[in-house]
Amino acid sequence: MFNFFKKKKYPEYWQKHINAVKNSRNYSNYESIRFVCLDTETTGFDYDNDRILCIGAVAIKNNKILVSDSFEIYIQQEVFNKETIKIHGIRRNGTEKKVSEEEAIIQFLEYLDDAVIIAHHTKFDITMINEALKRLKIGPIKSKQLDTNFIHKKIAQGNWFKKLFSLDELCEIYNIKMHDRHTASGDALLTAYVFLKLTFKYKKNNVLNLTDLINTNYYLNK
Amino acid sequence: MKNTIAERIFDFLKNFPPFDVLEKEQLFNIASNVKVTYIEKDSFVFRQDELPHQNFYIVKDGAIGLYRTMESDHILIDICDEGDIFGLRPIIQNDHYLMSAKANEETVLYAISVEILKEIIKTNEKANKYIIASFSSNIKTPYAKTNNGQLFANVNSLETNNAFSEVQTAQYSKNPITCLKNATIQEAALIMSDKKVGSILIVEDKKPIGIITDKDLRLKIATGIISIDKNVSKIMSFPVITFPEKITIAEAQIAMIKHKITHLCITKDGSPNSELVGILSEHDIVVLHGNNPSVLIKELKRSKNVETLKYVREKSAELLKGYIEQNIPITFISKIISEITDAITIKAIELSITEMKTEPPVKFSWLALGSQGRKEQLLITDQDNALVFEDVSEENYQKTKNYFLELSQKITEKLHFVGYEFCPADMMASNPKWCLSLSEWKQQFNSWITKPTEDAIMLCTIFFDYNFVYGEKELVTKLSKSIFKSIQSFEIFLNFLGRNALKNPPPLGFFRQFLMEQDGNHKDQFDLKSRALMPLIDAARLITLSHNIKDKNNTISRFHKLAKIEPQNKDLYLSCADSFKILLHYRTEQGLKNNDSGRYINLNTLTKLEKLKLKGCFKPIKDIQDLLNIRYNLAQMM
Repeated sequence: MFNFFKKKKYPEYWQKHINAVKNSRNYSNYESIRFVCLDTETTGFDYDNDRILCIGAVAIKNNKILVSDSFEIYIQQEVFNKETIKIHGIRRNGTEKKVSEEEAIIQFLEYLDDAVIIAHHTKFDITMINEALKRLKIGPIKSKQLDTNFIHKKIAQGNWFKKLFSLDELCEIYNIKMHDRHTASGDALLTAYVFLKLTFKYKKNNVLNLTDLINTNYYLNK
Repeated sequence: MKNTIAERIFDFLKNFPPFDVLEKEQLFNIASNVKVTYIEKDSFVFRQDELPHQNFYIVKDGAIGLYRTMESDHILIDICDEGDIFGLRPIIQNDHYLMSAKANEETVLYAISVEILKEIIKTNEKANKYIIASFSSNIKTPYAKTNNGQLFANVNSLETNNAFSEVQTAQYSKNPITCLKNATIQEAALIMSDKKVGSILIVEDKKPIGIITDKDLRLKIATGIISIDKNVSKIMSFPVITFPEKITIAEAQIAMIKHKITHLCITKDGSPNSELVGILSEHDIVVLHGNNPSVLIKELKRSKNVETLKYVREKSAELLKGYIEQNIPITFISKIISEITDAITIKAIELSITEMKTEPPVKFSWLALGSQGRKEQLLITDQDNALVFEDVSEENYQKTKNYFLELSQKITEKLHFVGYEFCPADMMASNPKWCLSLSEWKQQFNSWITKPTEDAIMLCTIFFDYNFVYGEKELVTKLSKSIFKSIQSFEIFLNFLGRNALKNPPPLGFFRQFLMEQDGNHKDQFDLKSRALMPLIDAARLITLSHNIKDKNNTISRFHKLAKIEPQNKDLYLSCADSFKILLHYRTEQGLKNNDSGRYINLNTLTKLEKLKLKGCFKPIKDIQDLLNIRYNLAQMM
């Protein structure tokens, strides 16, 4: 019985994802770490019933946002919610080319490679992705994760009682011009800007290393 | 795949040259390969002399200052803001960076790989021309945005020999003629004749330690003062002035004028303690272009008639035009132009003295007033001057005064002929009111200071900015001392001066719109002089007077001095100096364009960007006026 589970064969793309993260040699040197800032647009906030409509992402390496290394995919959906369409503007039969959820996940994991994920409220995006993985009988995602909210909380002075900051608030605080708000790629790019500014401020006293950054997630669990 | 991020970058880039002339696919290719970087305030993108990066940069948000380090000064050459490109020339020409790029505020940059651009230049004629043209200008300033367009249009004329190439790196002689320090003068002279050169460098361990020129041989050897079998060190000039290889022509010229020398040594690291690699002579620069300030001054010194003065004056106007087009820093320009103006005046005085039947009966000095006194007169305007002569006994007074009035008459007529028109308010030394003995002047200033009527204050603002041009400097020093004494015993005078400084009309209205002239010949135009320049000039004068600073007459150097004296207000004073530079440059540019004094601007001719730049200069004006208001209790006096 036990053996049966152990021998279970994962799809090739999932095995590849596991290996990429496990075998990566890039994490020890900050300059060589590839970060992927991502954002998802979903039909709603219910992990069980809502679905991902779009994943947008852009990579950062050595303090540079690499536009050439970006990702944007739209997913064909059965679940549909009239309310959230006002926010993300993706219609059921919009003009964007759409793919199946599985195809989107395959492409996304391929793009992700060994990157460290950065998002704003990472828990929400990752849970939505993990739910999708679960439907494919795989997951949860192995990549290391960071949340701009918690990096901000680590360095910000002042209101310790305020639990969470919205992306709008962080853009305001760090003087980032907002455009394409509430499109996955647009929010991913804003998150990338926030991350660059955060790490510059963070670096002032400390040398940047991934372990420190990941330790900011401590606040996530608190 | 849809790429929202690249689309947004595309939308941004397409507004700015040279991206606006690219094909859609070409630009999209660039946009999708942009690297976005964030630069913190005061961090460097690159430093002078660094090897070029793989990318050039375009400013997305924020502002990058380009600085050039010259000797120990960091000179702000240019500010790049939204849409400006920098760091392109070095990577295309595979040369080191000639300037440092530092973030003046936090900045987001798009880095664009040069390989993609090179590919595009090959196929896109327009983009190629734009880039060649922008190299020729090499330095551009955001407040002269129009230049980009002009350069683009004049691309053909730029390929022909450009007379104004001060910002290019100077070409120096790579194989300087040298001899060792134990050589005799005769040996050195033989080498010089053999190589047909006018100068020889004395070296020790490959480092330059001195120089001998034809002039040294003429003055010290041919006259028999020193014998030719003596060691070269007996006549060499030392230490030599050294510069690194990357010296620009403008820097070379200024160094030569400053040190009154004709040769600069080029060494490996620019210091006298490193290996000699070349020599740059004044002649090398003259060959590059004949319109050279030191050549003009030399020509002035040799001139025997007023026609030559007129010719040099016209040449200097051309020089000014070229400098402004090249966006040479305004402090350099005003230094050079006022140097020439002073030289013209001195020559006019010398010529006039020879025309007089007798030598001047007593010592005197000639003063430049107003903008010429402040060394801020770039465009040719009317003359403002005065004369002070030594005190004489009562019976000789009238005779002496008549002599100097006659002399002044001759001088002002010559200046008028040269192009400096007579002052309509007759503020000239030929006016008996402004051709006075030292005691009379002391008395005059004292009465202005102790009885500060409106007229007196107005005259003070002109006469306080006097600058000694010719004659006996001691007279002027005595006069200055007496003026400061009068001010100290009657300090409320400064409050009156302060009130006057605040009388200038404000540049902007409540809604940040430009305030135009309401009536008169210049209705609906903007008065750049009285609304923007005068408030800064007046404030600088007032505060330096209050600190008892005697030797600073120039608005920019006054603000710099004040920044040192009052560190708590350093930022304000430095931003005032910067604003003044931009405004003065702007006025000069306008004046050259419209062939007038540049004082009134028709706002319809300005682009939105130009208006923004001007408005940016007004903030320090308001701040410094607030400071005056508080410091001199002006609210109570008004």
